[in-house]
Amino acid sequence: MQSFETNKDDLIFGLSRSINVQILLAVAVILMATRPILPEAFIRLPDWAILSWDVWLSNFFNFVKDDLGLIYFTRTLTAGLENLLDVTGNLLFGKRRWPHLGPIPWTSIAAVAAVIGYWLGGWRMALLAGGTFVWTALIGQWKIAMQTMSVLAVAAPMAFFIGLFLGILAWKYDWFDKTIRPILSVLQTLPFFTYLLPAVIFFKVGPTAGAVATIVYAIPPMILMTTVGLKKVSPEIVEAGKMSGSSRWQMLRYVYIPAARTEILVGVNQVIMLCLAMVVLTAFIGMPGLGAKLLLMMNSFKLGRSFEIGITIVLLAIMLDRCTKVWVVKQPEHFEKETPWWKKNAFLLAGIGAFILFFLLAQFIQIADHITRKQDFSMGKEIDVLIKTFLDFDPIQATTTWLRWFLNVWVLIPFRNSLLWIPTPAFIILVTAFSLWLGGRRPAIYALIFFSIVALTGWWDRAVITLYTVLSAVILAMLIGIPMGISASRSEKWSNRILLVCDTAQTFPSFIYLIPAIMLFGVNDVAVVFSILIFSTVPLTRYTIEGLRTVPVEMTEAADMAGATRRQKLINVQLPLALPTMAVGFNQAIMFAFFMVIIAAFIGTQDLGQELQRTLAGTDLGKNFVLGICVSLMALTFDLAILKWAEDRKKALGL
Amino acid sequence: MTDQPPVISCKNVWKLFGKNPEKYLENMPKDHSYDAISADGYIAGVKDVSIEVNRGEMLVIMGLSGSGKSTLVRCFSRLHDITGGSIAVEGQDIMALSEKELIELRRSKMGMVFQSFGLLPHRTILDNVAFPLEMRGQDRHTRRERALEVIKLVGLEGREDYFPRELSGGQQQRVGIARSLAIEPDIWFLDEPFSALDPLIRREMQDEFLRLQDLLGKTIAFITHDFDEALRLADRIAIMKDGSIEQCDTPDRIVLDPKTEYVAKFTREVEKSKVVKAKALAKHSQNIENSGPSVPANSTIKELARFLMSDSRDAIPVVQNDGEKEMLLGGMDRKEALDILFGSD
Ligand SMILES: Nc1ncnc2c1ncn2[C@@H]1O[C@H](COP(=O)(O)OP(=O)(O)O)[C@@H](O)[C@H]1O
Ligand SMILES: [Mg+2]
Repeated sequence: MQSFETNKDDLIFGLSRSINVQILLAVAVILMATRPILPEAFIRLPDWAILSWDVWLSNFFNFVKDDLGLIYFTRTLTAGLENLLDVTGNLLFGKRRWPHLGPIPWTSIAAVAAVIGYWLGGWRMALLAGGTFVWTALIGQWKIAMQTMSVLAVAAPMAFFIGLFLGILAWKYDWFDKTIRPILSVLQTLPFFTYLLPAVIFFKVGPTAGAVATIVYAIPPMILMTTVGLKKVSPEIVEAGKMSGSSRWQMLRYVYIPAARTEILVGVNQVIMLCLAMVVLTAFIGMPGLGAKLLLMMNSFKLGRSFEIGITIVLLAIMLDRCTKVWVVKQPEHFEKETPWWKKNAFLLAGIGAFILFFLLAQFIQIADHITRKQDFSMGKEIDVLIKTFLDFDPIQATTTWLRWFLNVWVLIPFRNSLLWIPTPAFIILVTAFSLWLGGRRPAIYALIFFSIVALTGWWDRAVITLYTVLSAVILAMLIGIPMGISASRSEKWSNRILLVCDTAQTFPSFIYLIPAIMLFGVNDVAVVFSILIFSTVPLTRYTIEGLRTVPVEMTEAADMAGATRRQKLINVQLPLALPTMAVGFNQAIMFAFFMVIIAAFIGTQDLGQELQRTLAGTDLGKNFVLGICVSLMALTFDLAILKWAEDRKKALGL
Repeated sequence: MTDQPPVISCKNVWKLFGKNPEKYLENMPKDHSYDAISADGYIAGVKDVSIEVNRGEMLVIMGLSGSGKSTLVRCFSRLHDITGGSIAVEGQDIMALSEKELIELRRSKMGMVFQSFGLLPHRTILDNVAFPLEMRGQDRHTRRERALEVIKLVGLEGREDYFPRELSGGQQQRVGIARSLAIEPDIWFLDEPFSALDPLIRREMQDEFLRLQDLLGKTIAFITHDFDEALRLADRIAIMKDGSIEQCDTPDRIVLDPKTEYVAKFTREVEKSKVVKAKALAKHSQNIENSGPSVPANSTIKELARFLMSDSRDAIPVVQNDGEKEMLLGGMDRKEALDILFGSD
């Protein structure tokens, strides 16, 4: 990557950007070179300098919670939410609560899903939607899957409505937009565990807390999509609405929201996918469901069952994603005149019919109602044996053992130790220099402030270990993802195939990526890096392909006419033009990595995630929050610098 | 026609775009040019425009892209709040209206057609056309009746249940026209309604539009950037440049007597005999013999070519025929007419 210094306000103390970068680097090098003779206080912040944010924050939270009485307010909300969760719980898996109707037979749900699938996208969607539920039932995971779905069914609509409402406010009032934007970016980088503890404390353990954390996590993209959609409504439609004499409310209800349908539905898709990913993660606060079962199975190294649950989760994810995406592009069709009403509502009637049919059937045939343990097709044990024999197979085991040894001894441990060796001030200066070089003055100032805050919290070593895991995984992911993207981009066919794979993989809840990692490498550092690596290879590959494929044809043709070889064309024309897009992928890879590294904590890391996960068992909100903010600040530092670079570069290239 | 008060009357209207336009306009020297205003960081969308639109008249506003046509018309309906001057619609100062009164005015008196139609994509044709009626709270049944009526009027019968996406551009614009007519407006705004259409369709839509106007006789402000279209449709043409009106006159007058160099540039390419009508040349003079054949006031010189060649009188009587009565307007100088026909300037 190259930076450029055309911008006048990039001067600091009258010096250009590159000079400043060099000065910073020199300072950092001097600090490192003189490490042996540096006073202790320059290597790590002395204890007295560390601010007890956690204590202050705890006091603050306690004040808000008890003295201001926020807890009574939230507990009231809890009651409402709990009622909703009881209803979905009763209907889906027969929780003994009002309305005492459930559980709905699995065949009814599967049949309705198939009808909806057919309505949305024909036979293939019908097969996917119905098939997912059939699989879930037959494999014997119906109940836990429905526990997960019962939370999803409450959380997703709530997140949708709240997001829509806030999105409308942000669109309507500029000051509101300006206020929430920074909050949203922090929220989106805050590790999920930081959502969980406050949820537990303010909203009671169990499904309610899980639902609240999930809702809060899923709101930001909905807000953003709503604002984007409303801003994009064509001025003529707006004027047509006004000239039709619409009042303000009518404008919003009948003109803006319907006209922004596409973006709002994309928001719905994102809300549902985030909700699914998060509901699975609420396993960490003891929410029963697919996630909890998966966690349990992985902890006891039952690979076969983990694998099966993994497939269920993946199928659910793909189904929800495809269905909502098809819905986004589904256009209304008119009916011919004189179509009878039952024909116009054929799908609705078919859905109701199928539901009733299977409901009645289930009253007489037990298998149509639920599948017992003895009847299911789970082959957990067999798969377990299969996987384990496969892994014990000599060449495989030799490979994984060697890989583990090699990565540990030659890559990971030396890298970690060297990062830990760097004196704190030198480290901060290096990060600042990096941000300055990449993004310019503002990102550099943020980097300086953010990393100093991290140092001041006293969690420096753990933060550095987190960063080390993220960086090593992303660097390895680049070594795989970028070449893969480059070679795929050569042909239309392969580009589309790999993009489809990436698209699909991106819908998987992150938790899933731990399964292969644990299978191959067991429970250790390498598994953590490996899971992050797979997770973040996806955006890298994807954006590499997209970047290369969108290089204007004239440019590659010009290179061809100039007699460039394929390699010259790639290096001199395509890559430079694709780089801004690739940088966006790189950024996403880093964000994914920060997300994953925290989740991977339960494998046994020594980073912030580990500490964060420990707080979940207690009530130390202050510490939980401080740890979360540390992760968020580090992630934001990269986010700001890289995206600024990509934006500047795009402008400079006139893209 | 002329003794009625104008439907829309603008006096020294300004519309500036920029940070603080009211303040800027107050302190600005009155004869500041368009470029000088631009240099100060403001855009003069409408610059000191005074114009009137009379009842039943079709005023065509013509100008190149960016000349401020759309802005001016949006000031008429207060889609834009003006920066300076005053606009009265049916004698009412529209800047003084409350939001509620403004909505009421639009619901009862105004209709507008847009260049790219501005249809709501997820409503059927019927629901799109019925939209203004729905906004004013009419019940479903009346709405449907009326919407079907206008749909029939624009020739889209049988397509009520289609969605906009399923129609061609010309048909979509018919929907736009139907929607704007649904509330039976007195004042009809059309912002380049046919510019997005293919030339052949455009011609057809113009004819259709003239047919409708003959039927309905609305007060119309019609925008176009196409001078031929303007000449074809207009009672009067206002030619705009840089936010100001260069000239506002009947097509004949504009073609015969362009007031500025800029207007002349447009008229140069035009075949005048196709535009100028007999009545424009009719002069009151005593010595016309009201005997022998006369010509109808609304025929163009081109249409009269054969007649002009064969008749040998110096002055030919021009007769206006409005339904039952025939009225002598005056005499047309044959030489002048022939000059126009053969383009000897
Ligand atoms: N909302 C707006 N904000 C700023 N400038 C505008 C706005 N609307 C129009 N303008 C400017 O006002 C001028 C006149 O625009 P417009 O009335 O749309 O022109 P026309 O319809 O004749 O093509 C143009 O220079 C345009 O850029
Ligand atoms: Mg315009």
